[in-house]
Amino acid sequence: MDIGTIMLLVFIFILAAFLGVELISKVPSQLHTPLMSGTNAISGITIVGAIAATAVDSYLIIEGRGSLAAEIIGLIFGFVAIFFATVNVIGGYFVTDRMLGMFKKKGDN
Amino acid sequence: MNTASNIINALCFIMYIAASIFFILGIKKLGKANTARKGNLLSGVGMGIAVIAVFINNIIYVIYADGVGHKIALFFMIFGIPLFAIIAGSIVGFLWSKKVEMTGMPELVALFNGFGGLASLLVALSQFCAGKALTNDAFSAITLGLTIAIGAVAFTGSIIAWGKLSGKKAFKKNVPVPNFVNGILCGVGLIGIIFYAFGYSSKTGTGANALGVIGIILTVVVFIVLGVTLVIKIGGGDMPVIISFLNALSGLAAAFAGFPIQNTVLIVSGCLVGASGLILTLIMCKAMNRKFFDLLFKSFGAKKSTAAAGEQKEPKAMSIEDAFLILEAAKNVVIIPGYGMAVAQAQHAVKELCDVLEENGAEVNFAIHPVAGRMPGHMNVLLAEANVPYEQLKTSDDINPQMSNVDVAIVIGANDVVNPAAINDESSPLYGMPIVNAYEARTVFVLKRGKGTGFSGIENPLFTNENTVMIYGDAKQTVSQLVVEFEN
Repeated sequence: MDIGTIMLLVFIFILAAFLGVELISKVPSQLHTPLMSGTNAISGITIVGAIAATAVDSYLIIEGRGSLAAEIIGLIFGFVAIFFATVNVIGGYFVTDRMLGMFKKKGDN
Repeated sequence: MNTASNIINALCFIMYIAASIFFILGIKKLGKANTARKGNLLSGVGMGIAVIAVFINNIIYVIYADGVGHKIALFFMIFGIPLFAIIAGSIVGFLWSKKVEMTGMPELVALFNGFGGLASLLVALSQFCAGKALTNDAFSAITLGLTIAIGAVAFTGSIIAWGKLSGKKAFKKNVPVPNFVNGILCGVGLIGIIFYAFGYSSKTGTGANALGVIGIILTVVVFIVLGVTLVIKIGGGDMPVIISFLNALSGLAAAFAGFPIQNTVLIVSGCLVGASGLILTLIMCKAMNRKFFDLLFKSFGAKKSTAAAGEQKEPKAMSIEDAFLILEAAKNVVIIPGYGMAVAQAQHAVKELCDVLEENGAEVNFAIHPVAGRMPGHMNVLLAEANVPYEQLKTSDDINPQMSNVDVAIVIGANDVVNPAAINDESSPLYGMPIVNAYEARTVFVLKRGKGTGFSGIENPLFTNENTVMIYGDAKQTVSQLVVEFEN
Protein backbone atom coordinates (compact mmCIF):
# COMPACT_ATOMS: atom_id res chain seq x y z
CA MET A 1 0.00 0.00 0.00
CA ASP A 2 1.51 3.37 -0.90
CA ILE A 3 1.87 6.07 1.69
CA GLY A 4 -0.83 8.24 0.08
CA THR A 5 -3.45 5.51 0.45
CA ILE A 6 -2.42 4.85 4.04
CA MET A 7 -2.74 8.54 4.93
CA LEU A 8 -6.15 8.71 3.29
CA LEU A 9 -7.43 5.66 5.20
CA VAL A 10 -6.13 7.02 8.51
CA PHE A 11 -7.74 10.38 7.68
CA ILE A 12 -11.11 8.67 7.12
CA PHE A 13 -10.69 6.74 10.36
CA ILE A 14 -10.04 9.86 12.43
CA LEU A 15 -12.92 11.81 10.87
CA ALA A 16 -15.28 8.92 11.55
CA ALA A 17 -14.13 8.78 15.18
CA PHE A 18 -14.96 12.46 15.71
CA LEU A 19 -18.27 12.06 13.91
CA GLY A 20 -19.16 9.13 16.17
CA VAL A 21 -18.42 11.14 19.30
CA GLU A 22 -20.54 14.06 18.05
CA LEU A 23 -23.46 11.79 17.14
CA ILE A 24 -23.64 10.03 20.46
CA SER A 25 -22.73 12.57 23.10
CA LYS A 26 -26.26 13.87 23.69
CA VAL A 27 -28.33 10.70 23.73
CA PRO A 28 -30.89 10.47 26.59
CA SER A 29 -30.21 7.67 29.04
CA GLN A 30 -33.46 5.82 28.29
CA LEU A 31 -32.11 5.09 24.79
CA HIS A 32 -28.78 3.71 25.94
CA THR A 33 -29.72 0.06 25.55
CA PRO A 34 -31.23 0.35 22.05
CA LEU A 35 -28.31 2.56 21.01
CA MET A 36 -25.87 -0.03 22.22
CA SER A 37 -27.61 -2.96 20.59
CA GLY A 38 -28.20 -0.94 17.40
CA THR A 39 -24.53 0.02 17.07
CA ASN A 40 -23.64 -3.54 18.01
CA ALA A 41 -25.57 -4.67 14.93
CA ILE A 42 -23.56 -2.18 12.85
CA SER A 43 -20.31 -3.71 14.09
CA GLY A 44 -21.43 -6.77 12.14
CA ILE A 45 -20.30 -4.74 9.07
CA THR A 46 -17.28 -7.00 9.26
CA ILE A 47 -19.48 -9.32 7.18
CA VAL A 48 -18.39 -7.21 4.20
CA GLY A 49 -14.76 -8.00 4.96
CA ALA A 50 -15.65 -11.68 5.37
CA ILE A 51 -17.42 -11.85 2.00
CA ALA A 52 -14.46 -10.13 0.33
CA ALA A 53 -12.02 -12.54 2.00
CA THR A 54 -13.91 -15.65 0.85
CA ALA A 55 -13.86 -14.27 -2.70
CA VAL A 56 -10.06 -13.87 -2.62
CA ASP A 57 -9.62 -17.39 -1.24
CA SER A 58 -12.05 -18.82 -3.82
CA TYR A 59 -10.18 -17.06 -6.64
CA LEU A 60 -6.81 -18.40 -5.51
CA ILE A 61 -8.20 -21.93 -5.14
CA ILE A 62 -9.82 -21.96 -8.59
CA GLU A 63 -6.75 -20.49 -10.27
CA GLY A 64 -4.49 -22.90 -8.40
CA ARG A 65 -2.17 -20.22 -7.00
CA GLY A 66 -0.45 -20.24 -3.63
CA SER A 67 -0.90 -22.93 -1.03
CA LEU A 68 -4.15 -24.83 -1.48
CA ALA A 69 -4.33 -26.03 2.14
CA ALA A 70 -3.99 -22.50 3.54
CA GLU A 71 -6.59 -21.21 1.12
CA ILE A 72 -9.11 -23.87 2.06
CA ILE A 73 -8.60 -23.05 5.74
CA GLY A 74 -9.01 -19.39 4.85
CA LEU A 75 -12.24 -20.16 3.03
CA ILE A 76 -13.58 -22.03 6.06
CA PHE A 77 -12.64 -19.13 8.36
CA GLY A 78 -14.39 -16.77 5.98
CA PHE A 79 -17.51 -18.93 5.89
CA VAL A 80 -17.72 -19.13 9.69
CA ALA A 81 -17.04 -15.37 9.91
CA ILE A 82 -19.95 -14.63 7.57
CA PHE A 83 -22.22 -16.86 9.65
CA PHE A 84 -21.39 -15.20 12.98
CA ALA A 85 -21.41 -11.69 11.51
CA THR A 86 -24.86 -12.37 10.06
CA VAL A 87 -26.18 -13.57 13.42
CA ASN A 88 -24.81 -10.35 14.92
CA VAL A 89 -26.36 -8.16 12.20
CA ILE A 90 -29.78 -9.78 11.86
CA GLY A 91 -30.17 -10.60 15.56
CA GLY A 92 -28.96 -7.13 16.53
CA TYR A 93 -31.32 -5.24 14.24
CA PHE A 94 -34.39 -7.28 15.13
CA VAL A 95 -33.78 -7.20 18.85
CA THR A 96 -33.23 -3.42 18.72
CA ASP A 97 -36.44 -3.00 16.77
CA ARG A 98 -38.32 -5.13 19.28
CA MET A 99 -37.01 -3.03 22.14
CA LEU A 100 -37.80 0.27 20.44
CA GLY A 101 -41.28 -0.97 19.62
CA MET A 102 -41.93 -1.23 23.35
CA PHE A 103 -41.02 2.38 24.12
CA LYS A 104 -44.33 4.18 24.31
CA LYS A 105 -45.52 7.67 25.10
CA LYS A 106 -48.37 8.20 27.49
CA GLY A 107 -51.62 7.40 25.72
CA ASP A 108 -50.06 5.28 22.95
CA ASN A 109 -51.40 1.82 22.50
CA MET B 1 -12.02 -6.20 -19.32
CA ASN B 2 -10.25 -3.36 -17.59
CA THR B 3 -13.10 -0.93 -18.19
CA ALA B 4 -15.58 -3.44 -16.81
CA SER B 5 -13.68 -3.79 -13.55
CA ASN B 6 -13.23 -0.02 -13.34
CA ILE B 7 -16.97 0.48 -13.64
CA ILE B 8 -17.61 -2.15 -11.01
CA ASN B 9 -15.08 -0.52 -8.69
CA ALA B 10 -16.67 2.90 -9.10
CA LEU B 11 -20.18 1.56 -8.59
CA CYS B 12 -19.06 -0.22 -5.47
CA PHE B 13 -17.40 2.88 -4.10
CA ILE B 14 -20.58 4.92 -4.59
CA MET B 15 -22.62 2.24 -2.83
CA TYR B 16 -20.18 2.26 0.08
CA ILE B 17 -20.61 6.03 0.39
CA ALA B 18 -24.38 5.60 0.36
CA ALA B 19 -24.14 2.88 3.01
CA SER B 20 -21.97 5.12 5.21
CA ILE B 21 -24.52 7.94 4.93
CA PHE B 22 -27.30 5.56 5.94
CA PHE B 23 -25.28 4.45 8.97
CA ILE B 24 -24.60 8.05 10.03
CA LEU B 25 -28.25 9.10 9.66
CA GLY B 26 -29.33 5.90 11.37
CA ILE B 27 -27.16 6.47 14.43
CA LYS B 28 -28.25 10.10 14.58
CA LYS B 29 -31.94 9.16 14.56
CA LEU B 30 -31.31 6.31 16.99
CA GLY B 31 -30.38 8.98 19.54
CA LYS B 32 -33.86 10.53 19.71
CA ALA B 33 -36.87 8.80 21.22
CA ASN B 34 -39.40 9.54 18.49
CA THR B 35 -37.11 8.69 15.56
CA ALA B 36 -35.14 5.82 17.08
CA ARG B 37 -37.02 3.03 15.35
CA LYS B 38 -36.63 4.69 11.96
CA GLY B 39 -32.94 5.18 12.69
CA ASN B 40 -32.49 1.48 13.31
CA LEU B 41 -34.23 0.75 10.00
CA LEU B 42 -32.01 3.22 8.12
CA SER B 43 -28.86 1.65 9.45
CA GLY B 44 -30.25 -1.76 8.45
CA VAL B 45 -30.73 -0.43 4.90
CA GLY B 46 -27.12 0.79 4.96
CA MET B 47 -26.00 -2.70 5.91
CA GLY B 48 -28.00 -4.18 3.02
CA ILE B 49 -26.43 -1.77 0.53
CA ALA B 50 -22.91 -2.53 1.80
CA VAL B 51 -23.45 -6.30 1.47
CA ILE B 52 -24.86 -6.00 -2.06
CA ALA B 53 -21.92 -3.74 -2.98
CA VAL B 54 -19.29 -6.25 -1.88
CA PHE B 55 -21.01 -9.01 -3.86
CA ILE B 56 -20.94 -6.78 -6.94
CA ASN B 57 -17.28 -5.99 -6.31
CA ASN B 58 -16.46 -9.70 -6.15
CA ILE B 59 -17.59 -10.10 -9.77
CA ILE B 60 -14.19 -8.60 -10.68
CA TYR B 61 -12.57 -11.91 -9.69
CA VAL B 62 -14.89 -13.73 -12.07
CA ILE B 63 -13.81 -11.37 -14.84
CA TYR B 64 -10.14 -12.02 -14.12
CA ALA B 65 -10.48 -15.81 -13.87
CA ASP B 66 -8.95 -17.79 -16.76
CA GLY B 67 -11.31 -19.59 -19.10
CA VAL B 68 -15.06 -20.15 -19.06
CA GLY B 69 -14.88 -23.21 -16.79
CA HIS B 70 -13.00 -21.31 -14.13
CA LYS B 71 -15.34 -18.35 -14.44
CA ILE B 72 -18.45 -20.47 -13.89
CA ALA B 73 -16.95 -22.39 -10.98
CA LEU B 74 -15.75 -19.19 -9.35
CA PHE B 75 -19.12 -17.51 -9.85
CA PHE B 76 -20.84 -20.28 -7.93
CA MET B 77 -18.23 -20.23 -5.17
CA ILE B 78 -18.27 -16.46 -4.76
CA PHE B 79 -22.03 -16.27 -4.48
CA GLY B 80 -22.96 -19.70 -3.18
CA ILE B 81 -20.67 -19.96 -0.15
CA PRO B 82 -21.44 -16.55 1.39
CA LEU B 83 -25.16 -16.80 0.63
CA PHE B 84 -25.37 -20.15 2.36
CA ALA B 85 -23.68 -18.71 5.47
CA ILE B 86 -25.88 -15.61 5.33
CA ILE B 87 -29.10 -17.62 5.15
CA ALA B 88 -28.04 -19.85 8.04
CA GLY B 89 -26.93 -16.86 10.13
CA SER B 90 -30.12 -14.94 9.38
CA ILE B 91 -32.33 -17.79 10.54
CA VAL B 92 -30.38 -18.20 13.78
CA GLY B 93 -30.21 -14.45 14.47
CA PHE B 94 -33.88 -13.87 13.67
CA LEU B 95 -35.19 -16.71 15.82
CA TRP B 96 -32.91 -15.73 18.68
CA SER B 97 -34.03 -12.12 18.63
CA LYS B 98 -37.69 -13.14 18.70
CA LYS B 99 -37.57 -15.70 21.46
CA VAL B 100 -35.39 -13.88 23.98
CA GLU B 101 -37.08 -12.57 27.14
CA MET B 102 -36.53 -8.90 27.87
CA THR B 103 -34.90 -9.82 31.16
CA GLY B 104 -32.32 -11.78 29.15
CA MET B 105 -31.40 -8.76 27.05
CA PRO B 106 -27.99 -7.95 28.60
CA GLU B 107 -26.79 -11.52 28.01
CA LEU B 108 -27.98 -11.49 24.42
CA VAL B 109 -26.34 -8.15 23.60
CA ALA B 110 -23.09 -9.45 25.09
CA LEU B 111 -23.31 -12.67 23.09
CA PHE B 112 -24.05 -10.93 19.77
CA ASN B 113 -21.17 -8.60 20.48
CA GLY B 114 -18.91 -11.60 21.01
CA PHE B 115 -20.01 -12.97 17.63
CA GLY B 116 -19.05 -9.66 15.99
CA GLY B 117 -15.60 -9.82 17.58
CA LEU B 118 -15.16 -13.45 16.52
CA ALA B 119 -16.17 -12.59 12.96
CA SER B 120 -13.55 -9.82 12.73
CA LEU B 121 -10.92 -12.16 14.15
CA LEU B 122 -11.79 -14.79 11.55
CA VAL B 123 -11.80 -12.23 8.74
CA ALA B 124 -8.24 -11.28 9.63
CA LEU B 125 -7.20 -14.94 9.75
CA SER B 126 -8.87 -15.60 6.44
CA GLN B 127 -7.01 -12.66 4.89
CA PHE B 128 -3.81 -14.06 6.35
CA CYS B 129 -4.50 -17.50 4.88
CA ALA B 130 -5.08 -15.98 1.46
CA GLY B 131 -1.37 -15.37 1.79
CA LYS B 132 -0.91 -13.32 -1.29
CA ALA B 133 -3.10 -10.93 0.64
CA LEU B 134 -3.80 -7.81 -1.16
CA THR B 135 -0.62 -6.08 -0.22
CA ASN B 136 2.47 -7.00 1.68
CA ASP B 137 3.59 -3.95 3.55
CA ALA B 138 4.08 -3.30 7.24
CA PHE B 139 0.97 -1.11 7.56
CA SER B 140 -1.36 -3.88 6.33
CA ALA B 141 0.39 -6.38 8.54
CA ILE B 142 0.09 -4.26 11.66
CA THR B 143 -3.56 -3.39 11.10
CA LEU B 144 -4.28 -7.05 10.44
CA GLY B 145 -2.51 -7.93 13.69
CA LEU B 146 -4.54 -5.31 15.56
CA THR B 147 -7.77 -6.70 14.07
CA ILE B 148 -6.84 -10.09 15.49
CA ALA B 149 -5.92 -8.61 18.87
CA ILE B 150 -9.01 -6.45 19.32
CA GLY B 151 -11.37 -8.99 17.78
CA ALA B 152 -10.08 -11.75 20.06
CA VAL B 153 -10.44 -9.64 23.22
CA ALA B 154 -13.95 -8.55 22.16
CA PHE B 155 -14.84 -12.19 21.47
CA THR B 156 -13.74 -13.92 24.66
CA GLY B 157 -14.42 -10.84 26.80
CA SER B 158 -18.04 -10.80 25.62
CA ILE B 159 -18.42 -14.54 26.13
CA ILE B 160 -17.22 -14.13 29.73
CA ALA B 161 -19.59 -11.19 30.19
CA TRP B 162 -22.41 -13.33 28.79
CA GLY B 163 -21.56 -16.13 31.23
CA LYS B 164 -21.46 -13.75 34.18
CA LEU B 165 -24.76 -12.14 33.22
CA SER B 166 -26.50 -15.49 32.87
CA GLY B 167 -25.24 -16.35 36.35
CA LYS B 168 -23.06 -19.30 35.36
CA LYS B 169 -20.87 -20.26 38.29
CA ALA B 170 -17.89 -21.22 36.16
CA PHE B 171 -17.48 -17.56 35.24
CA LYS B 172 -17.14 -16.35 38.82
CA LYS B 173 -13.42 -16.86 39.15
CA ASN B 174 -10.52 -14.64 39.90
CA VAL B 175 -7.13 -14.35 38.29
CA PRO B 176 -4.20 -14.11 40.70
CA VAL B 177 -2.27 -10.85 40.31
CA PRO B 178 -4.46 -9.84 37.36
CA ASN B 179 -2.56 -6.69 36.42
CA PHE B 180 0.71 -8.58 36.15
CA VAL B 181 -0.90 -11.37 34.09
CA ASN B 182 -2.69 -8.91 31.80
CA GLY B 183 0.44 -6.82 31.36
CA ILE B 184 2.51 -9.86 30.38
CA LEU B 185 -0.19 -11.08 27.99
CA CYS B 186 -0.45 -7.68 26.36
CA GLY B 187 3.33 -7.47 25.96
CA VAL B 188 3.65 -10.96 24.48
CA GLY B 189 0.75 -10.28 22.13
CA LEU B 190 2.34 -7.12 20.80
CA ILE B 191 5.59 -9.02 20.24
CA GLY B 192 3.51 -11.54 18.28
CA ILE B 193 2.18 -8.75 16.06
CA ILE B 194 5.70 -7.43 15.48
CA PHE B 195 7.00 -10.91 14.58
CA TYR B 196 4.20 -11.27 12.19
CA ALA B 197 4.65 -7.82 10.68
CA PHE B 198 8.35 -8.51 10.07
CA GLY B 199 7.67 -11.92 8.62
CA TYR B 200 4.97 -10.46 6.46
CA SER B 201 6.74 -7.47 5.01
CA SER B 202 10.04 -9.24 4.43
CA LYS B 203 8.60 -12.23 2.67
CA THR B 204 8.98 -12.80 -1.02
CA GLY B 205 6.42 -14.44 -3.26
CA THR B 206 3.15 -15.85 -1.96
CA GLY B 207 2.48 -17.69 1.26
CA ALA B 208 3.58 -16.70 4.72
CA ASN B 209 6.97 -17.51 6.13
CA ALA B 210 7.65 -19.29 9.41
CA LEU B 211 8.17 -16.11 11.45
CA GLY B 212 4.84 -14.77 10.25
CA VAL B 213 3.00 -17.99 11.15
CA ILE B 214 4.53 -18.12 14.64
CA GLY B 215 3.65 -14.46 15.16
CA ILE B 216 0.06 -14.90 14.11
CA ILE B 217 -0.54 -17.99 16.27
CA LEU B 218 1.04 -16.24 19.24
CA THR B 219 -1.16 -13.18 18.70
CA VAL B 220 -4.38 -15.19 18.43
CA VAL B 221 -3.73 -17.35 21.50
CA VAL B 222 -2.51 -14.53 23.74
CA PHE B 223 -5.36 -12.13 23.00
CA ILE B 224 -7.98 -14.87 23.33
CA VAL B 225 -6.65 -15.46 26.84
CA LEU B 226 -6.39 -11.73 27.57
CA GLY B 227 -10.11 -11.27 26.85
CA VAL B 228 -10.83 -13.81 29.59
CA THR B 229 -8.43 -12.48 32.21
CA LEU B 230 -9.46 -8.87 31.62
CA VAL B 231 -13.20 -9.37 32.10
CA ILE B 232 -13.47 -12.29 34.52
CA LYS B 233 -12.62 -10.25 37.61
CA ILE B 234 -15.13 -7.49 36.87
CA GLY B 235 -18.13 -7.55 39.19
CA GLY B 236 -21.85 -7.37 38.49
CA GLY B 237 -22.41 -3.66 39.07
CA ASP B 238 -19.57 -2.70 36.75
CA MET B 239 -21.19 -4.68 33.93
CA PRO B 240 -22.81 -1.68 32.17
CA VAL B 241 -19.36 -0.16 31.74
CA ILE B 242 -17.63 -3.28 30.51
CA ILE B 243 -20.46 -4.15 28.10
CA SER B 244 -20.27 -0.76 26.41
CA PHE B 245 -16.48 -1.05 26.30
CA LEU B 246 -16.64 -4.47 24.62
CA ASN B 247 -19.13 -3.02 22.17
CA ALA B 248 -16.60 -0.33 21.30
CA LEU B 249 -13.92 -2.97 20.80
CA SER B 250 -15.93 -5.06 18.36
CA GLY B 251 -16.58 -1.92 16.30
CA LEU B 252 -12.91 -1.03 16.36
CA ALA B 253 -11.99 -4.56 15.27
CA ALA B 254 -14.29 -4.19 12.25
CA ALA B 255 -12.67 -0.83 11.42
CA PHE B 256 -9.17 -2.32 11.54
CA ALA B 257 -10.30 -5.25 9.41
CA GLY B 258 -11.05 -2.65 6.72
CA PHE B 259 -7.48 -1.30 6.54
CA PRO B 260 -5.64 -4.21 4.88
CA ILE B 261 -8.32 -4.52 2.19
CA GLN B 262 -8.73 -0.72 1.89
CA ASN B 263 -12.44 -0.98 2.49
CA THR B 264 -13.82 2.43 3.42
CA VAL B 265 -17.25 1.33 4.60
CA LEU B 266 -15.68 -1.00 7.15
CA ILE B 267 -13.41 1.76 8.43
CA VAL B 268 -16.17 4.36 8.68
CA SER B 269 -18.90 2.27 10.27
CA GLY B 270 -16.55 0.30 12.52
CA CYS B 271 -15.04 3.53 13.77
CA LEU B 272 -18.50 5.08 14.36
CA VAL B 273 -19.39 2.11 16.54
CA GLY B 274 -16.04 2.28 18.31
CA ALA B 275 -16.42 5.97 19.09
CA SER B 276 -20.02 5.67 20.25
CA GLY B 277 -19.18 2.69 22.44
CA LEU B 278 -16.35 4.61 24.02
CA ILE B 279 -18.59 7.61 24.73
CA LEU B 280 -21.17 5.35 26.34
CA THR B 281 -18.41 3.75 28.43
CA LEU B 282 -17.32 7.16 29.69
CA ILE B 283 -20.93 8.20 30.44
CA MET B 284 -21.33 5.02 32.54
CA CYS B 285 -18.04 5.66 34.34
CA LYS B 286 -19.10 9.19 35.14
CA ALA B 287 -22.40 7.93 36.54
CA MET B 288 -20.43 5.76 38.95
CA ASN B 289 -17.76 8.36 39.65
CA ARG B 290 -15.11 5.88 38.64
CA LYS B 291 -12.20 6.20 36.33
CA PHE B 292 -12.21 3.71 33.51
CA PHE B 293 -8.58 2.91 34.17
CA ASP B 294 -9.37 2.01 37.80
CA LEU B 295 -12.21 -0.24 36.73
CA LEU B 296 -9.96 -2.31 34.51
CA PHE B 297 -6.92 -2.33 36.73
CA LYS B 298 -8.08 -2.00 40.33
CA SER B 299 -10.44 -4.36 42.05
CA PHE B 300 -13.55 -2.86 43.56
CA GLY B 301 -15.03 -3.45 46.98
CA ALA B 302 -12.04 -5.52 48.00
CA LYS B 303 -11.37 -3.30 50.97
CA LYS B 304 -14.30 -3.58 53.35
CA SER B 305 -15.66 -0.32 54.62
CA THR B 306 -14.27 0.23 58.10
CA ALA B 307 -16.59 3.12 58.91
CA ALA B 308 -19.34 0.82 60.14
CA ALA B 309 -17.49 0.33 63.42
CA GLY B 310 -19.83 2.65 65.41
CA GLU B 311 -23.27 1.68 66.71
CA GLN B 312 -24.82 -1.07 64.65
CA LYS B 313 -28.47 -0.33 64.04
CA GLU B 314 -30.89 -3.01 62.94
CA PRO B 315 -33.09 -2.18 59.98
CA LYS B 316 -36.83 -2.08 60.75
CA ALA B 317 -39.02 -4.55 58.94
CA MET B 318 -42.66 -3.89 58.10
CA SER B 319 -45.59 -6.07 57.07
CA ILE B 320 -47.35 -5.64 53.75
CA GLU B 321 -50.58 -4.51 55.46
CA ASP B 322 -48.87 -1.66 57.29
CA ALA B 323 -46.96 -0.69 54.17
CA PHE B 324 -50.26 -0.53 52.29
CA LEU B 325 -51.71 1.92 54.84
CA ILE B 326 -48.77 4.27 54.30
CA LEU B 327 -48.96 3.94 50.53
CA GLU B 328 -52.71 4.57 50.52
CA ALA B 329 -52.16 7.95 52.14
CA ALA B 330 -49.27 8.89 49.83
CA LYS B 331 -49.81 11.62 47.24
CA ASN B 332 -46.37 11.52 45.66
CA VAL B 333 -44.58 8.23 45.09
CA VAL B 334 -41.21 7.55 43.46
CA ILE B 335 -40.18 4.04 42.45
CA ILE B 336 -36.44 3.33 42.26
CA PRO B 337 -35.76 0.04 40.48
CA GLY B 338 -32.47 -1.85 40.38
CA TYR B 339 -31.07 -5.16 39.23
CA GLY B 340 -33.24 -6.95 41.84
CA MET B 341 -36.34 -5.97 39.86
CA ALA B 342 -34.88 -7.67 36.78
CA VAL B 343 -33.96 -10.80 38.73
CA ALA B 344 -37.44 -11.06 40.27
CA GLN B 345 -39.00 -10.21 36.87
CA ALA B 346 -41.18 -7.81 38.81
CA GLN B 347 -41.62 -5.17 36.07
CA HIS B 348 -45.23 -6.09 35.22
CA ALA B 349 -46.25 -6.22 38.88
CA VAL B 350 -44.58 -2.84 39.37
CA LYS B 351 -46.62 -1.40 36.50
CA GLU B 352 -49.82 -2.69 38.16
CA LEU B 353 -48.81 -1.08 41.43
CA CYS B 354 -48.13 2.13 39.55
CA ASP B 355 -51.65 1.96 38.03
CA VAL B 356 -53.47 1.38 41.34
CA LEU B 357 -51.48 4.17 42.98
CA GLU B 358 -52.47 6.55 40.20
CA GLU B 359 -56.10 5.47 40.51
CA ASN B 360 -55.75 6.31 44.19
CA GLY B 361 -54.81 9.86 43.18
CA ALA B 362 -51.08 9.68 43.71
CA GLU B 363 -48.42 10.99 41.34
CA VAL B 364 -46.03 8.18 40.46
CA ASN B 365 -42.59 8.59 38.92
CA PHE B 366 -39.69 6.28 38.32
CA ALA B 367 -36.16 7.35 39.19
CA ILE B 368 -33.67 5.52 37.01
CA HIS B 369 -30.02 5.67 37.89
CA PRO B 370 -27.78 5.44 34.80
CA VAL B 371 -26.03 2.31 36.04
CA ALA B 372 -29.04 0.55 37.60
CA GLY B 373 -29.06 -3.00 36.27
CA ARG B 374 -26.48 -4.75 34.18
CA MET B 375 -26.35 -2.75 30.97
CA PRO B 376 -26.80 0.90 30.07
CA GLY B 377 -30.53 1.69 30.12
CA HIS B 378 -31.46 -1.79 31.41
CA MET B 379 -34.34 -0.55 33.64
CA ASN B 380 -35.83 1.56 30.85
CA VAL B 381 -36.15 -1.48 28.61
CA LEU B 382 -37.79 -3.62 31.30
CA LEU B 383 -40.29 -0.92 32.27
CA ALA B 384 -41.02 -0.19 28.61
CA GLU B 385 -41.83 -3.88 28.21
CA ALA B 386 -44.36 -3.49 31.03
CA ASN B 387 -45.90 -0.51 29.15
CA VAL B 388 -44.71 2.22 31.46
CA PRO B 389 -44.72 5.38 29.29
CA TYR B 390 -41.23 6.78 28.94
CA GLU B 391 -42.19 10.27 30.19
CA GLN B 392 -42.67 8.68 33.59
CA LEU B 393 -39.08 7.43 33.68
CA LYS B 394 -36.99 10.21 35.18
CA THR B 395 -33.25 10.50 35.62
CA SER B 396 -31.80 11.01 39.08
CA ASP B 397 -30.99 14.63 38.16
CA ASP B 398 -34.67 15.30 37.49
CA ILE B 399 -35.97 13.60 40.61
CA ASN B 400 -33.43 14.59 43.24
CA PRO B 401 -34.47 18.27 43.61
CA GLN B 402 -38.07 17.19 44.34
CA MET B 403 -37.19 14.27 46.57
CA SER B 404 -38.05 16.07 49.82
CA ASN B 405 -41.66 16.44 48.59
CA VAL B 406 -41.97 12.72 47.98
CA ASP B 407 -44.18 10.86 50.44
CA VAL B 408 -42.93 7.37 49.71
CA ALA B 409 -39.84 6.24 47.80
CA ILE B 410 -40.02 2.55 46.93
CA VAL B 411 -36.60 1.01 46.32
CA ILE B 412 -36.99 -2.25 44.42
CA GLY B 413 -33.86 -4.36 44.33
CA ALA B 414 -31.50 -1.39 44.14
CA ASN B 415 -28.72 -0.87 46.64
CA ASP B 416 -25.54 1.00 45.81
CA VAL B 417 -27.33 3.58 43.64
CA VAL B 418 -29.31 4.77 46.70
CA ASN B 419 -26.49 4.49 49.24
CA PRO B 420 -26.17 7.83 51.08
CA ALA B 421 -22.61 6.92 52.04
CA ALA B 422 -21.75 8.12 48.53
CA ILE B 423 -22.60 11.65 49.73
CA ASN B 424 -21.60 11.83 53.37
CA ASP B 425 -19.03 9.13 54.10
CA GLU B 426 -15.63 9.99 52.73
CA SER B 427 -14.23 6.61 53.71
CA SER B 428 -16.77 4.74 51.58
CA PRO B 429 -15.55 3.32 48.27
CA LEU B 430 -18.75 4.74 46.78
CA TYR B 431 -17.93 8.28 47.95
CA GLY B 432 -18.56 10.81 45.20
CA MET B 433 -20.82 8.63 43.09
CA PRO B 434 -24.01 10.48 42.11
CA ILE B 435 -26.98 8.62 43.61
CA VAL B 436 -30.75 8.81 43.71
CA ASN B 437 -31.38 10.68 46.97
CA ALA B 438 -34.03 8.26 48.23
CA TYR B 439 -33.14 9.03 51.86
CA GLU B 440 -34.66 12.53 51.50
CA ALA B 441 -38.16 11.13 50.95
CA ARG B 442 -40.56 11.18 53.93
CA THR B 443 -40.75 7.40 54.01
CA VAL B 444 -38.54 4.91 52.20
CA PHE B 445 -39.64 1.34 51.45
CA VAL B 446 -36.82 -1.02 50.60
CA LEU B 447 -37.92 -4.24 48.90
CA LYS B 448 -35.18 -6.77 49.36
CA ARG B 449 -34.76 -10.51 49.39
CA GLY B 450 -32.59 -10.68 52.50
CA LYS B 451 -30.34 -8.66 54.72
CA GLY B 452 -27.18 -8.95 52.62
CA THR B 453 -25.22 -6.11 51.09
CA GLY B 454 -25.13 -5.29 47.37
CA PHE B 455 -22.66 -6.61 44.85
CA SER B 456 -19.99 -4.28 46.17
CA GLY B 457 -20.30 -5.67 49.70
CA ILE B 458 -20.71 -2.15 51.07
CA GLU B 459 -23.00 -1.47 54.05
CA ASN B 460 -25.94 0.75 53.15
CA PRO B 461 -26.81 3.23 55.95
CA LEU B 462 -30.09 3.98 54.15
CA PHE B 463 -31.47 0.69 55.44
CA THR B 464 -31.04 1.69 59.09
CA ASN B 465 -32.33 5.28 58.72
CA GLU B 466 -35.26 6.42 60.91
CA ASN B 467 -37.55 6.89 57.91
CA THR B 468 -36.67 3.62 56.18
CA VAL B 469 -38.62 0.39 56.48
CA MET B 470 -37.59 -2.91 54.95
CA ILE B 471 -40.10 -5.23 53.28
CA TYR B 472 -38.31 -8.54 52.97
CA GLY B 473 -39.27 -11.14 50.40
CA ASP B 474 -39.40 -11.69 46.65
CA ALA B 475 -39.95 -8.28 45.04
CA LYS B 476 -42.55 -9.56 42.58
CA GLN B 477 -44.66 -11.20 45.31
CA THR B 478 -44.39 -8.18 47.60
CA VAL B 479 -45.51 -5.81 44.86
CA SER B 480 -48.36 -8.11 43.78
CA GLN B 481 -49.57 -8.39 47.38
CA LEU B 482 -49.58 -4.59 47.68
CA VAL B 483 -51.69 -4.44 44.52
CA VAL B 484 -54.12 -6.98 46.01
CA GLU B 485 -54.39 -4.86 49.18
CA PHE B 486 -55.35 -1.86 47.03
CA GLU B 487 -57.97 -3.84 45.14
CA ASN B 488 -59.68 -5.02 48.34
